[in-house]
This record gives sequence, structure tokens and C-alpha cells, in this order.
Amino acid sequence: MSAPQPSFVPALNAAIQRAMVDVSAIANLHRLSGGASQETWSFDALTGDSIRPLVLRRAPGGALVPRSATAVSLATEARVIRLAEAARVPVPPAPYVLQDSDELGPGYIMGRIEGETIARKILRDPEYAAARPRLARQCGEILALVHGIGISQLSDLRVVTPKAQVAQYRGIYDGYDFPHPVFEAAFKWLEGRIPEPRDLTLVHGDFRNGNLMVGQDGVRAVLDWELTHIGDPAEDLGWICVNSWRFGETHKVVGGFGDVSELLSGYAGAGGAGMTAERVKFWEVFGTLKWGIMCMTMYQAFALGSDRSVERAAIGRRSSETEIDLVNLLYPKAATP
Amino acid sequence: MMDQPSATEILTAVREFIEKHAMPELTGRTAFHARVAANAIAIIVRELDQGDRANVEAQLRLEQLLQRKGSLLELNRELCRRLRTNELAIDDAGLSQHLTLTTLAKVAIDQPNYSGLLHSPHRRTD
Repeated sequence: MSAPQPSFVPALNAAIQRAMVDVSAIANLHRLSGGASQETWSFDALTGDSIRPLVLRRAPGGALVPRSATAVSLATEARVIRLAEAARVPVPPAPYVLQDSDELGPGYIMGRIEGETIARKILRDPEYAAARPRLARQCGEILALVHGIGISQLSDLRVVTPKAQVAQYRGIYDGYDFPHPVFEAAFKWLEGRIPEPRDLTLVHGDFRNGNLMVGQDGVRAVLDWELTHIGDPAEDLGWICVNSWRFGETHKVVGGFGDVSELLSGYAGAGGAGMTAERVKFWEVFGTLKWGIMCMTMYQAFALGSDRSVERAAIGRRSSETEIDLVNLLYPKAATP
Repeated sequence: MMDQPSATEILTAVREFIEKHAMPELTGRTAFHARVAANAIAIIVRELDQGDRANVEAQLRLEQLLQRKGSLLELNRELCRRLRTNELAIDDAGLSQHLTLTTLAKVAIDQPNYSGLLHSPHRRTD
């Protein structure tokens, strides 16, 4: 099956040959995924005697589209990935950031790493059976490295204190003006436990199944750094514990593959300081609430007419999934009716 | 009174048409959206079956908890207001019981196979 070649092929070819002097041509270009904030393309750079597997990550259509308010620019994303690589975080290398003269729009070139990102396969396929028991500890180790990256070079990143995070989602929820008493209770629970904004670090911002590339040997790469910011490091540990990311493996709190104790021990073992299950739980509750409000947001796209798909309509009815998760978190003991 | 078939029977026929006849003809995004459409119809069928009872029970609990009358929407808004203003504490026993029972009933309609429902410590299996 050969799709027609996109019109930017000559520009990409020229850019790659300028950036990598040993490359003679590119081949096998095909689209991997497309989203509202970026598109990704897989291709091979051909050198004299070998091929170099690469990925182009760029703005949709190469246009300067506004990204969501919480996303960093693609150039910043590449810069953070390079810092992460230097800190020994498993990431795809980002050897080249697109320049204006490349005429490909904002974006960067990264190395293509083989592995699986589909959670259901990682959690169930026999291929990953040996990797699974290692993943929670490994996630802890990786996050300790991410959070240890010096932020002095990242002064342009948004600083989002725990209080500001909660207030931001309170504002979004209030804007929809539809009562969700469970969300209201969760906001109260969180607002009574806001962590002090001390020791803020670099935060990945979307560390969960789907953004972890896994091989038989464990986590091979942490992907999708577009929501990176400066914040409470516990945010990353809590987000991967949200039940929605366990894909049915509810008893394994960390991503459906491990326990919080393994996550914490990996974190401490790799130099992460002061992390506790209590701090993680705050962000698990917040992450669950955040996902519930994101379901409301996606329904709004349907209600306001910008996306009339049945999927956008139906996703509003998935807010209640996060409500049962919140009830289970806030009221862990069975009621006695 | 409407004639037969009931709304539930018609919706079930539509869902079966999507699943058995339309979906095998579809690929890619369209097949995915057909699956979502069939699931959405299943939500409505469960809501027609369980929704009235869930709403009546929620209404009675809210009237008891808030000591006032009103529509379900008004009572839910009032509940949110009292939580926000701390007139009602989140560890209030009547509140936690109401939120738990209401949410169990909602998820049983929206996503009855959701892991958070199947493994909830609050789930009654009788």
C-alpha cells in the first residue's frame, strides 16, 4: 500500500541532508499519528552503508497553530528532551530542531525507538511478562532522574504550584456550570491538603501508560513532553496511579503493573528525596478529578458544535468513571447502609 | 401510551443493526465511531431501565440530607453550594453515603464494566 507522498518531502529531504552531512536521502516516510497539537512521521535517513530510523514531530500541516495554553513549544520540548537525555532519562534523542529556513514549520527530528506504547498490550501480552514486574520501580527511578534535572536552564517553563493547579481546574469546572457533587467533594478534599510549594522541580506533566515506550527489557523511552512544566514532583508519581491508566488492572495501582511501594523505592534509590505515599495520593486524587473534568471539556466540544462526533458526545458519560474512582479514594471504607 | 415496540426494543434493534450489519462493512475511524455509537445506545437502554429509580432514590436522599424540596438539578446545585461554603463537611456520614450510592447507580448506567465499579469496596454483590 503506497500513499501519495506528502508535499513537504523535498523540504524534509533537504533539511535532513543539511543537518546530517552523511545522509544521502530519506525513505519510507509514513504518518504515525496526528493530533491537534502535533503530527508525527516515521522515516529512514539513508547513509552510505546503513539506515538511521528517525521521526519528524512537527506542528500540524507545518503551521504555526496555537497549542493549548498548557503545552510548551516544540522547540522547548526538544530542549527539555535533550536535558533529559543528558540526565540519563530514557528518551528518544532529539538530534535536530527545525529552523525557519527548513520551511517545515515548528518541530524537531528525533530518533525512532522500537517498542510498545499500547497499554493493553504492555499489561497483558506474554512478550512483556518479564518486563512488567520491573516497570513500577523503573518508573520511580526515571522520575527521580527527571526531577533531578537542574531548572536554572528552564526559566521559560511555566511554574505551576499545587494551589494553582487545583485553582485552574476549579475554574474550568465552574465554567461549565453543571453540578458534580463528587467533584465538589474532591476539590474540598484537595483544597484542605494543598502541599507547600517548596522544592518545585521539572515535571514531565503527562507521565502515564501511552507515553511510555516499553520493550521486553522494560521502559525504553519516555515520550510526549509537551505538558512539561515546573511543579510538585509528586504530580508525576500520582498521575501514573490514576485508575484510568491501569486499564482494568485495578489492583496494581501504578499503571496497572506495580505497587506504590515499588514506585517509591525506585524513586528513593535513584536519589529522589522526600517522596511519600501521602504526597502521591494527593496527586492521584487530583489526576482523577482532572481526567473527569477533561471528559466534561471534551463533551463541551460536542455541545458547542466544534466536534459533533458521537465519540465527543459519549465521552461526557465517562466522567462518572472518575467519580467512582474518587468515591473509592475519598471514602475507602465501605459505607454501612 | 405509545404502541409497541417500546423505546428499549427500538434502540436494541438499532444497536443490533450497528453491531451485526453496519460494523462488518466499516473500517478505520468509521468502524470505531460505530462501536462508540452502539455503546452509547446501550447506555440509553440502561438509563431507560434504571434511570427513573436511580433518580427517585437520589431525590429522596438529597431531600433528607438537605432538608428541603426541589428538582433534582436544584438539589444537586444546592448540595454543591453547601460543600463549597463548608455548610456541609465532606466527611458527613449522610453525604458520603449519598455520594457513594448515587455514583454506583450512575456508573452502573454509564459504564457497568468499569474496573473502578467492579472493584469498588462499596459495591453490593447481592
